[in-house]
Amino acid sequence: MHKYQQESKKIGKQSFAYAWVLDETGEERERGITMDVGQSKFETSTKAITLLDAPGHKDFIPNMIIGATQADVALLVDATRGEFETGFDSGGQTREHALLLRSLDRFNEIVNKISVFLKQAGFKETVTCVPCSGLSGENIVTKPKAEGLSNWYTGPTLVEVIDNFKCPERPVDKPLRFSVNDIFKNIGSGFSISGHMETGMVSVGDKVLVLPRNEPAVIKGIQADDANITHAFAGDQVCLSLSGIDQQNLAIGDIVCSLAYPVPTTTCFQAHIVVFQIKMPITNGMSVVLHQQSLVEPAVITKLVAQLNRSSGEVIKKKPRCLIKNTSAIVQITTQRPICVELHKDVKQLGRVMLRVDGTTIAAGLVTKIV
Amino acid sequence: MKLVAKNVDKDGEGYVNLVPENTEDMWHVYNLVSEGDYVSCSTIRKVQTESSTGSSNSYRVRTTLTICVEGIDFDTQACVLRLKGRNIEENKYVKTGAYHTLDVELNRKFGLRKPKWDSIALERVDLACDLTQHADVAAVVMQEGIAHVCLITSNMTIVRAKIDQVIPRKRKGSVSQHEKGLARFYDSIMQAILRHVNFDVVKCIILASPGFVKDQLMNYMVQQAVKTDNKTIIDNKSMFVLVHSSSGFKHSLREVLTDPAVISRISDTKAAREVKALESFWAMLQTDPSRAFYGKKHVLAASEAQAIETLLISDKLFRCQNITERKEYVSLVETVRDANGDVKIFSSLHISGEQLEQLTGVAAILRFPMPELEDEEESDDSDQNN
Repeated sequence: MHKYQQESKKIGKQSFAYAWVLDETGEERERGITMDVGQSKFETSTKAITLLDAPGHKDFIPNMIIGATQADVALLVDATRGEFETGFDSGGQTREHALLLRSLDRFNEIVNKISVFLKQAGFKETVTCVPCSGLSGENIVTKPKAEGLSNWYTGPTLVEVIDNFKCPERPVDKPLRFSVNDIFKNIGSGFSISGHMETGMVSVGDKVLVLPRNEPAVIKGIQADDANITHAFAGDQVCLSLSGIDQQNLAIGDIVCSLAYPVPTTTCFQAHIVVFQIKMPITNGMSVVLHQQSLVEPAVITKLVAQLNRSSGEVIKKKPRCLIKNTSAIVQITTQRPICVELHKDVKQLGRVMLRVDGTTIAAGLVTKIV
Repeated sequence: MKLVAKNVDKDGEGYVNLVPENTEDMWHVYNLVSEGDYVSCSTIRKVQTESSTGSSNSYRVRTTLTICVEGIDFDTQACVLRLKGRNIEENKYVKTGAYHTLDVELNRKFGLRKPKWDSIALERVDLACDLTQHADVAAVVMQEGIAHVCLITSNMTIVRAKIDQVIPRKRKGSVSQHEKGLARFYDSIMQAILRHVNFDVVKCIILASPGFVKDQLMNYMVQQAVKTDNKTIIDNKSMFVLVHSSSGFKHSLREVLTDPAVISRISDTKAAREVKALESFWAMLQTDPSRAFYGKKHVLAASEAQAIETLLISDKLFRCQNITERKEYVSLVETVRDANGDVKIFSSLHISGEQLEQLTGVAAILRFPMPELEDEEESDDSDQNN
């Protein structure tokens, strides 16, 4: 830590010393922003927590989405007004909990604003707000001592809140699905992939299939936290080292799955989407960027099948000419290359998509039919 | 393109002789020729002869042939146009009715005879021969791991190189793989630029990306150029324009072409104008949906009511082989023009044209709202999407 403080001082960005722990590339440090997701681990009395530090800047929202799709809990730190909108459009996907922190003053005011916003965005479970300070360590592990805070805040500390999170359901009994988030060389020979176990489990020595390219491979090793383990289960963040497959035949966003139950691949599917606040209406033939787990792929909306009532889901109009903001609809989406999708009712994690245009999220959807 | 001779009579029958001078002209020719036209052009034919003893030998001759076009094939990458058809003028090498495939060659005269020259086709000839229209721009759209190197001329957007590499993410304690991957990625882009971009021809080179990829690439290129003493990049440093785009996919070019920094550099190219027109169509659809329509049926109905202010139509519709269908579109364009409407013919090779094509290929912004059109069920969109 001392080293970071010294170095950041040298380039005149002393206040970024803590950020440097996870912002490791030269570019990130020089510019003082997080560009890609950083990862770290810590343990509380009941849980082992993987911390993903996601970028907030508008241009790096795709990276944030990739990070968010792997997370169970969102921790929104010190959000300014603009970050809400972009952050929560996509945040609606991750949901589960959002824990909002805000510097000690103005706490109540901010809490009110955010709660309203989150309810609109469809966060079902309660949002917990904890006032704390990362710099001075106030109210993170120990109860607050500072006068200003202890006077009025008697709730749990940040770590206590994390400890009390309900663990989301882990679909361990479903067939294996592992989404590839990173591909890199091992220290020795061969290469590893890192990512998130969506469903099922995997053990060393298992034969697996990598889709959509349909390449078989064998799991040579599993690492979590640089330690070798023999099994990994749904919900884990792990690295798999593979053999029997060429590095060229893998791409970020691919799905590793079991041989017996391969994930469906398609270039065309239907989704039930909810349209956000958009400037331009969605028409036939709109080109969008499709996000699904770690996958980022250009796609085209090829058909507007039906416009639905937002709350009841009834069909209002068949084949609408266009979709304006805040509507709900069934659309058909086509990609150039085959991608792995699952029906939302089968595997939630692989059945959610997000559509982005010109750097803003225009819609989020659930896969309803694979064509 | 050079126009050597033109003879079109009152009924629209006649011929033109043209000399294509660059690859863009090939695209114009592709849009001019339709099935049933007569094309005469110098070509190479393999001729087989059989002697009285039965031994045969073959040799190649250069001869001028006239064919009645049956098949048209355009290769967008190489910009080569091939016309297949039957010979109609017999000469000593080739009999009438024999099949031949003509390659339309650069800088070589060819003749095109049509039974009916319509206004669209004649306009295309004028357009192709207008030298002031030329403006070439190179553009690189990228994001970490993906880059497209494109050339944009007034009528075409050609992807010259696509780079798709996996860049390892930063990991705890080791960023060297990430940085090595990035360097490799930037190097591939730089090589692609050097290989595909002719610095003497293009007006500027647009580097577009989200975040800082464009700045990093620029830095990398300058550094490398200084290191390797690469004069092309150092001398042309001022030609690079850095703009923002939201992703590295090809359709982001649309955003790039509306960026004010780009518009000021390339002034008023067709590509930028098309993007603008399409944008205003969407804007209208959002604010006043009863004044923006797409699909053949709706647009034709609006045209009958003389309601069309701006007509957006893809040139692909004029290339269709069905003559009655083509006539329909030609008359649509003519009616709109007669009613003082603005007609924008989109090139289907541009990004905007591709999007218009997805939108059934024809769209219109109306002068006054026609809500009655909205209520009609769009029953025939399946046969428009083909």
